[in-house]
Formats: sequence, C-alpha cells, structure tokens
Amino acid sequence: MSAQTVDAEPMAAVGQAKMTARDVDVYYGEKRALHSVDCDVIENEVLSLIGPSGCGKSTFLRCLNRMNDTIDICRVEGNITLDSQDIYDKELDVVQLRARVGMVFQKPNPFPKSIYDNIAYGPRIHGVSSHKDDLDGIVQRSLEGAGLWQEVKDRLAEPGTGLSGGQQQRLCIARAIAVSPEVILMDEPCSALDPIATAHIEELIDELRQNFTIVIVTHNMQQAARVSQKTAFFHLGELVEHNLTGELFTNPKDERTQGYITGRYG
Amino acid sequence: MPQDHIVRSFDQELVALKRSIIQMGGLAESQLESAMQCIVRRDVQLAGKVVQADERLDACETEVDAGAVRLLALRQPMATDLREVVAALKIAADLERIGDYSANLAKRAIALAQVPAVRPVNAIPRMGRLAQELIKEVLDAYSDLDLERALAAWRRDEELDDLYNSLFRETLTYMMEDPRNITPCTHILFIAKNIERVGDHATNIAETIHFLVAGQPIARTRPKGDTSSFAVVSPESSQET
Repeated sequence: MSAQTVDAEPMAAVGQAKMTARDVDVYYGEKRALHSVDCDVIENEVLSLIGPSGCGKSTFLRCLNRMNDTIDICRVEGNITLDSQDIYDKELDVVQLRARVGMVFQKPNPFPKSIYDNIAYGPRIHGVSSHKDDLDGIVQRSLEGAGLWQEVKDRLAEPGTGLSGGQQQRLCIARAIAVSPEVILMDEPCSALDPIATAHIEELIDELRQNFTIVIVTHNMQQAARVSQKTAFFHLGELVEHNLTGELFTNPKDERTQGYITGRYG
Repeated sequence: MPQDHIVRSFDQELVALKRSIIQMGGLAESQLESAMQCIVRRDVQLAGKVVQADERLDACETEVDAGAVRLLALRQPMATDLREVVAALKIAADLERIGDYSANLAKRAIALAQVPAVRPVNAIPRMGRLAQELIKEVLDAYSDLDLERALAAWRRDEELDDLYNSLFRETLTYMMEDPRNITPCTHILFIAKNIERVGDHATNIAETIHFLVAGQPIARTRPKGDTSSFAVVSPESSQET
C-alpha cells in the first residue's frame, strides 16, 4: 500500500530541502515499521513528527542519522539524502554523518565528566580541535548557543550530572552543537522537563533554527504547534499528513490527523 | 463530529457551548420579532419590554464568552474543536449586536407611535420578515452544520439591501413633499438601516459557519447591495441619483 500522504498544495515558497526521504521502508525483522515514507526536511526549519506511540515517528527520526544501524534486525530501504548525498551509501563514513546530523535524546544523558569535557569531547574525537584556546572558544560558544553559559561559566569543572534536568538537556544540546552539525534531531527533548525548563528549550529551538535544521519528535502537540514550521503526522507506520504547522493544527485534511490532534483517536 | 473525544467532559463542554449559542439565537430571533410587532402595531408597551429584555442577550453573550475562554484555557482545542470555539465567540458577538438593533427598533417604535403614520412604514414589515428569515436560516445552518443553507442565506442578504435602497429613496421624497413628514420619516430611515444591519450580521454568521465547516473563509466576495451611502435625491426631479 503506497502511502497517500496529504501534502499542502502550496506549502508556500518553500526553502531548500536539506534532507529528503523517498519511499523509505523500515523493517524490524519481519515487522514493517514504516511504509513508503516520502518527506523533505527544509533547511533552517523545524519539522515536528507527531503521532501515537508506535506510529514510526522515532523510527523515521533514527533513519536520518542511521541510528537504526545499531539495531541488528533493523533494515532500511528507500533513499535518504543529506544535501543530495545518499546517507546509506556504503562509502559514507557513519561517524562523519552523525557529526553532521546530531541528536538529542529524551532523557538528558550527559557524560559522567565535567561540564567542560562534555562539550569538548566531540570536537576532540572529531579532530575539530585539540588546541586549548580553540576548545575554550568552542565550549563557550556552544554553551552560549544552548543558553546555558551564564548559569555555568563559573563551574565548568563541575560534573555535568550535577546540573538540573533542564540544564542537563541544554548541556546535551550544547554538546550536540559543539561539533557544528547541520541538522539536529531531537527525540522528545522536553518530556522529562518541567514547564519552565521546557520553555527554555523551546525558545532555544527557535534560535537554533537560524543556524541549524531541526527535526523534533514530540508527544506534546502544543509543543509541536509552538516550535515547528512544518508538522508530519505518522500513523501505523504511514506518513499520513505533512503540512504547514499552522494549517495542520487548524484545518487538517485527513480524518486520522483530525482524530488524533483533537483527542478523538480510538 | 465523526467520533467522541476520549475525554468525555470535553464533549460535554463543547455541546454546552453550542447549546448556549442556539439558545441565544432563539432569544435574538424573538427580540427582532417583537420589535417588528411594536412598529407595525404601534405597541408602546411591548416596545418597553423589548428594550428591557436586551439585558438577557447581553448576559448570554457574557456566558458564551466565559465558556469559550475556559475551553481555550483548559482544553487547548485543535482543528474542528478550535474552530467551534472561535465560531461560538464570533456568532455570540453577532447575535448580541442583532439584539442591540432590536432594542433600537423598539425605541424607534415608541417615537413613531407618537406621530401620525406615514406611508413608507408599509415597506418595513417586509424588510423585517426577510431579516427574520435570514437569521432563522443561519441559525438552522449552524445547528445542523449545513454549509449550503448558510451560503443560501449569505446570498439572500442582497435582497434586503435592495429593499433598503428603494425605501431610502422613497422616504427622501416624502420628506421633500411635506416637512411634517421629516420626523417620522427619519425614524423610518433609522429603522430600515437597523434592519439592514441585522441582515449584515446574519451574513457574518453565515461566513463564520463556512469557516467552521470548511476550515477556510468564503472565497468569493459578497455582492454589496447597500448603495444608499451614495444616493442623492434632488427636490426638482425627486427621482434619480
């Protein structure tokens, strides 16, 4: 069954597609988790992926930086590109790909290291820089970029795990942007945070959009509505509707989208 | 609605909101009906009641507003639910205005009853009936979410504009004929204008129903029939513009 995704007729004046997915199928063993997904991620935009648990939104997110490679029984078919380059190309260096397509997870997962080393780790292993002055600069810029610098600048040597949950998540975002990725994937980045910490992250997402392209999985529809320009609704492994966020939440075209976002879904 | 909400109290609140609007619509209809009777029968007592009863419509609007704001704050409605709440807010405002016009019609009826009747008043009941029909149509369309019915009423408002234009011209000629007609004729002009405005609010409601059902505003522009703002009648010809 080919997915008849509802697309915005105009999706007016779109920017450049940073990533494209064409006819993407994902299998976990025998089970098909994604059905022929076609989806573009536009540069410097935030794309929200929403849908009920098990709908395939996280699976799709993980395809975008080949996190699914770590799961043995997982098989990805179809074509996914980053700047028109096939990311499943055998020649492609996966570590390099993940430096370009960074990820922030549901639960803040700082390394058991100092705040400073949490940020400096990536640039060091990717060989971006090993020089102390350069690293200092990267650490400061990344923490500033994640809106955390003012709060931690006097205690960079303290362990990252000693920060509050919201601060830890911003530390993880700072860690993700330290290697200058082009795309940032976020899997439920606020689900473990209180509303104030959530607001900080959402504000941050809006600022990061100027320099990065962001794809976020969220169960919180109000959050999707607040932070993203485009929203994609997944259901039973199918991309049902992909449209401008403002349009999708006021006037969804597909009944399944309508049912889900209004809380009628059976 | 295709299916109920998982949270049932959400459904109950939406139903209650809709019921308030329908109730408010019934009240607005009966106010207009009574106001028209005041004019036709020169019934000063009834007019007093109509003026007083306007408070009830105002109270209804306050109630709808409070319910809608509460729903927005507590339920964060999306899609059709969101449009339903926004539509309720807008329709309540239109109905409240219709109530204001009815009260104003009743006041004019009191004034008219104190001077001898003039002929142009004969055209007023026809305008009133048409306005009442339009309101009834849009309220039924709202109740049944009937897009076609709403659009039909939306188109018919032009008839009301035409009636208003011809009455406007006719009334001016009466005033020119005899200055003693000026007082009643001026009241009749305001009465006609108020009824014409009621029609405009009915079309607003029709447009809101379109937004509610179809998710987007009506694409076409409505033919605007009221040209009286440009009308000039000179005593010499007492005919054309």
